[in-house]
Amino acid sequence: MSVVWTVVAVVGVATIVIKALGPALLGGRVIPPRILGVVSLLAPALLTALVVTNTIAGERRIVADPRLAGVAVAGAALLARAPLLVAVILAAATTALIRALR
Amino acid sequence: MATFGASFGVLARSAGFGPVAPIVMSLTTFGGSAQFAAVAIISTGGGAVAAVTAAVLLNARYGPIGLSVAPALRDSLWRRALLAQLVVDESWAIGHRGGRIDRNLLLGAGVVMYAAWLVGTVAGVIGGDLLGDPQRLGLDAAFPALFLGLLIPQLRSRRALTAAILGGGIALTLIPFTRPGIPIIAAAAACLVGWWRRP
Repeated sequence: MSVVWTVVAVVGVATIVIKALGPALLGGRVIPPRILGVVSLLAPALLTALVVTNTIAGERRIVADPRLAGVAVAGAALLARAPLLVAVILAAATTALIRALR
Repeated sequence: MATFGASFGVLARSAGFGPVAPIVMSLTTFGGSAQFAAVAIISTGGGAVAAVTAAVLLNARYGPIGLSVAPALRDSLWRRALLAQLVVDESWAIGHRGGRIDRNLLLGAGVVMYAAWLVGTVAGVIGGDLLGDPQRLGLDAAFPALFLGLLIPQLRSRRALTAAILGGGIALTLIPFTRPGIPIIAAAAACLVGWWRRP
């Protein structure tokens, strides 16, 4: 089996198991409010981490490249209540434009 | 989502994945950041072990995320395990309604995302040669913009804002010291502020 197919197979199976574990074992059970309080904060914590890493993470370093400008423009658009798709396209277009001008 | 699927198809193709493997990966893994991480590591010669580790670590967040959707899925065991596959960051974020998970929103968004992700991947694999360099097109900046758009509506309470700032801070601090994926997993710890500060 090639490296590519090994990765595709192992990651695929692992992801299916990880995704199934919580709902399969805990579905329908009542979860204590404190746990729900913790779990409800996973979204903001993880989404912020995803924004940060996808915007300024290089190879083990923090970089300010055209992605940052793209995300800044998207952020401004979102705060002006632009639709998500518009903000995403603006981010890509801004980043592409800066790269083209360099 | 279709655009991101397409960029995944294009990137995977350029990394020597061939036409079939990217589609199989989108079918089974269905998690953008993990798929992109795996492709990036292989294309830079990181090897299978590093690629698998990074991708699984990136998807480890679906453990706690799966726990959070468990109360919304009141089905048989196998059906729960199957429906859980439709949970991704985007469908999970969209599925939140009034601090709880709305089953129909979650699964509806999941099906749409899954279809778009697959169609996009196929399109990317087929049209990869025509489209050109995804980086030149700025597609890498589309991801954080999407996550930002999903984050902003989440920041309604003070607790959520605290968790977001803490999570972002943890990720930022760890980027220079850890492999990709770990800053994201570690940021999940920020949700523990929910233990002490009740709504």
